[in-house]
Amino acid sequence: MPEHTETDKPERKHLSVDAYLAIAGVLTLITLVEVGVFYVPAFQAFLAPVLLTLSAAKFALVVMFYMHLKTDHRLFTMIFTLPLLLALGVAVALLFLFGVFVG
Amino acid sequence: MMSHAAAHYTSTGLDSRKMAFWAFIGSECLLFGSLISTYLVYKGRSVVGPTTHEILNIPVTSVSTFDLLMSSLAMVLALSAVERGDKIWARGWLATTALLGLVFLGFQAYEFTTFVHEGLKLDTNLFGSTFFVLTGFHGGHVAIGVLWLLTLLVRSFMGKLGPDKALNVEIAGLYWHFVDVVWIVIFTVVYLLQ
Repeated sequence: MPEHTETDKPERKHLSVDAYLAIAGVLTLITLVEVGVFYVPAFQAFLAPVLLTLSAAKFALVVMFYMHLKTDHRLFTMIFTLPLLLALGVAVALLFLFGVFVG
Repeated sequence: MMSHAAAHYTSTGLDSRKMAFWAFIGSECLLFGSLISTYLVYKGRSVVGPTTHEILNIPVTSVSTFDLLMSSLAMVLALSAVERGDKIWARGWLATTALLGLVFLGFQAYEFTTFVHEGLKLDTNLFGSTFFVLTGFHGGHVAIGVLWLLTLLVRSFMGKLGPDKALNVEIAGLYWHFVDVVWIVIFTVVYLLQ
C-alpha cells in the first residue's frame, strides 16, 4: 500500500484574488444582460435560447473557477458531470413525455 | 510528520471526504433536476391564478440573485484566506458569506409572504405547489449553508480553523457554490422564462 504524505496531496492551482473578482464582475455583467434581455421586447422571439445560454455560461464559470473543477482532479469533474447529464436527460425526457415541446 | 488520522486518502490519492462530497453534490443534481423538471412539466397548466407573470417580481429577485452571486465570491475569498493562514480576512469573508446568505433568505421570506398575501399558497394551484416546493427546497439548502458557515466562523474564533483545516472550508464552499449554481438555473427557468 502506498505511503501517503503531505506531498501526495493533489495541489490545486489557485487563482489570484483579482481573478476571482474579475469572474464576479463577469457573473454580474451576465446577470445584468439576462435581466436586460428579459425587458427588451425585440428579444422576446428568441428569449429562451439566449437566456439558457447565458445561464449555462454563469453555471460553467462558477463550477470551473469557484468550485475549482478546471484545476482540480478530473475524477471530481466526472463525479459531478455524470449525474448532471443524467439529471438533464431526465428533465428533457419528462418534458417530451408530458408534451411540453408539442406546439 | 503529518497525522494520517487527519487525512482520508483513497487509492486514487484523493481525499475521500472531498470525493464523497462531490458524489453528494452529484446526487443533489438529481434532486434539483427532478424538482425543476416537475416545475416545467406543470408550467402553464394551472386552472386558477395567480400565475407567474401576475406575481413574480423580477427586480427584487434580480437583487437577491446578485446577492447570492456575491456570496459565492466571498466564499472563495474566505477559502483563499484560510489557505494562506490569514485569520482576520478568513473570519471577515466567512461572516460576509453567511450574512449574504441571510440576506438572500430575507428576500425569499419577503417573496413568500407577499405571494401568500396575494393569494398564492402551496395548495392554490399547480404553479404554487411546484414553485414553493422548488424554491423552498433551495431556501432550505441556503439555511443549512448559513448554519455551516457560522459553525466554521465559531471554530475560527476558537483557533481551530488554520490552513491545515482548509479542506473543511473547501467542502463547505463546494456546498455553497452548488447552492449558487442551482439558483442560477432557477432564476432563469422560473423567473425569466415565463
